[in-house]
Amino acid sequence: MSAPSTNIRNVKARRTWSENTWRFLQTAPISAWFGMIVILIYAFCALFAPWLAPFGEGEIVTKGAYGPITWANWFGTDQIGRDTFSRVLYGGRNTIGIALITVLISFSIGGTLGVYAALTRGWMDQIISRIVDALMSIPVLIFALMLLAVFGKSNPYPELMGNFPLNLIFILALLDSTRVFRLARNTSLNVVVMDYVEAAKLRGEGMGWIVLREVVPNILPPLIAEFGLRFCFVFLTIAALSFLGVGIQPPTADWGSMVAESKSLITYGRIQPLIPAGAIALLTVAVNFVVDWFLYQTSGLRDET
Amino acid sequence: MKRDAKRVKGETLLEMKGLNIEGYSGDAWHPIIKGIDLSLKRGEVLGLIGESGAGKSTLGLAGMGFARPGCRICGGTISFDGIDLVNASAAEKRALWGSRIAYVAQSAAAGFNPAHRIIEQTVETAINHGVMERGKAEADARDLYGRLQLPNPDTIGARYPHQVSGGQLQRAMTAMAMSCRPDLIIFDEPTTALDVTTQVEVLAAMRNIVEQFNTAAIYITHDLAVVAQMAHRIMVLRHGNLVEEAPTRAMLKKPTQDYTKSLWAVRKLVKPESQGKDIVLQIQNVDASYSNNIKVLDDVTVSVPRGRTVAVVGESGSGKSTLARAITGLLPISKGSISFNGKVLTTKLKDRDRDTLRRIQMIYQSADTALNPRQTVRDIIGRPLEFYLGLKGADNDKRVVKLLESIELDESYIDRYPSEMSGGQKQRISIARALAAEPDVIICDEVTSALDQIVQEEILQLLLKLQRDTNVTYLFITHDIATVRAIADEIVVMNKGKVVQQGLKSKVLNPPYPAYTELLLSSVPEMDPDWLTKLLDKRKVGTVN
Repeated sequence: MSAPSTNIRNVKARRTWSENTWRFLQTAPISAWFGMIVILIYAFCALFAPWLAPFGEGEIVTKGAYGPITWANWFGTDQIGRDTFSRVLYGGRNTIGIALITVLISFSIGGTLGVYAALTRGWMDQIISRIVDALMSIPVLIFALMLLAVFGKSNPYPELMGNFPLNLIFILALLDSTRVFRLARNTSLNVVVMDYVEAAKLRGEGMGWIVLREVVPNILPPLIAEFGLRFCFVFLTIAALSFLGVGIQPPTADWGSMVAESKSLITYGRIQPLIPAGAIALLTVAVNFVVDWFLYQTSGLRDET
Repeated sequence: MKRDAKRVKGETLLEMKGLNIEGYSGDAWHPIIKGIDLSLKRGEVLGLIGESGAGKSTLGLAGMGFARPGCRICGGTISFDGIDLVNASAAEKRALWGSRIAYVAQSAAAGFNPAHRIIEQTVETAINHGVMERGKAEADARDLYGRLQLPNPDTIGARYPHQVSGGQLQRAMTAMAMSCRPDLIIFDEPTTALDVTTQVEVLAAMRNIVEQFNTAAIYITHDLAVVAQMAHRIMVLRHGNLVEEAPTRAMLKKPTQDYTKSLWAVRKLVKPESQGKDIVLQIQNVDASYSNNIKVLDDVTVSVPRGRTVAVVGESGSGKSTLARAITGLLPISKGSISFNGKVLTTKLKDRDRDTLRRIQMIYQSADTALNPRQTVRDIIGRPLEFYLGLKGADNDKRVVKLLESIELDESYIDRYPSEMSGGQKQRISIARALAAEPDVIICDEVTSALDQIVQEEILQLLLKLQRDTNVTYLFITHDIATVRAIADEIVVMNKGKVVQQGLKSKVLNPPYPAYTELLLSSVPEMDPDWLTKLLDKRKVGTVN
């Protein structure tokens, strides 16, 4: 039994959470910094769109369609004369917000079920896993299109929620949670066989404690990284659905539909359709940069020298 | 085989001079091997012993010119039959490995590809190195199986690795290493994972074949008694330094260094046995099986007296760990009853109330998997205090510190994570977690078998002290007879799911023995270099199984 040379970390005074975060950030390469800065700018614009935007989301500011780029309208105007710059800001708010809600829901469903399935195994695990397999065998975009056609684009209670794309969110969250389920289940399988999980069961702990305190902290790094990636996918899927006209519905601004609305301009050498498209691409790349670095570092979240 | 002519006994085969090896950890290179000289003659078996972290595996691998990932050879020379292994190119080394230098690892199960038949893997090296044709190589492999005393040597090679036992697989791995008739074999703890009764056969087979082919060998182990059987000469390593080197018999008779003497001293710890009257845990005619309906426990009856230590001994597959799972309710029993403090326990874990759960605690073999790496000592020990006793905040902290003191650690450990402690310290934390519940019975499942000898002794002493202080009862599951001698009041011997014998220590460890107890006790290696030879004479090789 010659164990690998015992590697005991030196104990130093505990650092505070902020110190730890700062030390962790210092390991970031330039690409990750670029990604983080881009994400922060996006988040800032999304949060403060109503204050930053010079015009309202649906406000018609020029008489003709597709106004040129001017000092008043930085990115020109769209097909009914709304300010494109304002709509890019609002569009970011909508697309990012909806993608974020969707991913959060998909992680709550997929993550919980995944850990639960790994812990209980047996027939429950089999049933959930086979349903997930069936769902995953159909391409997401096509499946989403079909479900949206069945359930409608917005939500079942228009008098309560107006235009809010509840159906879209739940359909995408459900389809996306299959991937999260797989990851959570597979990573947990390595954790649930550990003696400390058995010790918790023997102690008489409830399922909640075992899942949240014993298992989840040990599978968190890959889950956080996956969160970033899933966000990108959902974000792209929403943009694609909107481009196809079944995603976020006008007059709500959104990058996918903005590309769709102005796409013919590209043949006239105008850059308007490239702006929302570029915004989508940039955010996706930025998130990927950050996730890349995070995945690389996941084992080193704690005091390391 | 053409090399056989050159095999002259006594000529120096491997020579290391001033070898330094460093390992990378925590952003810096740390020395693992600090300037060691080693020389090995043809046909000689050199034993390397030391605790974990002593550098014995690293040194053994250096004999192949190999440094593990994260390690580097940074000084000194290694010369194998005139070839400079430090500066040899990867291709040159690859040509040597397998054909002239072979390696036998601890876990044969991990060394075999489960998807290929054993014989294919045995002959693979010989064919790839162009030493032999396939047909000849296979015939040779069957011959080797016979020499290694494997059952049915002509057909066993057609099996897959999972179809043979661990001891057989380890011998097949030796056959694989032997297939090219190497000049040097490195055995890295080849029998550590095996049961004692199996170990005897494997040791005999390996010693025999090394002698037959006049192969030089480096035998790495932490088990002194084993090395005494195998090696002509022993090197004792500690912290990457050579402590002492001498021929086996000389060293066994008269070790000169203090450290060596401390290794040689057989367990000093002996607990006088005492009989208990008040039965705290009674296991009555219990059957249990996993899903495949094969009885893992077969009509098991064990009684555990309060405040005493009952040791359950047996080899792997004897059902001793299953017994623990049955008592804790993790594996529902199918027949019989388990009563605890006079009350019959419900078979399912779910149906037991919190107080019953509190009174039966468990300590595991590996503290690495028993402690959640993402929890601090405060969380680990504090949780049972909060869960069972309702202690919160400062009260909880105070009790955690008290428990830390009782396991001889101080309060500075309260904020540590498991990765910041040594193996022994982690095992102490496991003990404290069990103690925190103030249990009546603690089930100790192989709690010392992953630890170094000196640390084992400390842990056993701690357990005994805690028993004196709290009158807790231990059900001590182990395969190690030396531990049993040290700590037990009563012994239960198990084999194939049945209880062979239960009784006071003095009764079980002394004749007359039931047949299985005798086999088990006689298989425990002793510090006598002739032990294996005498044992084999007594048993007549081959009839033992």
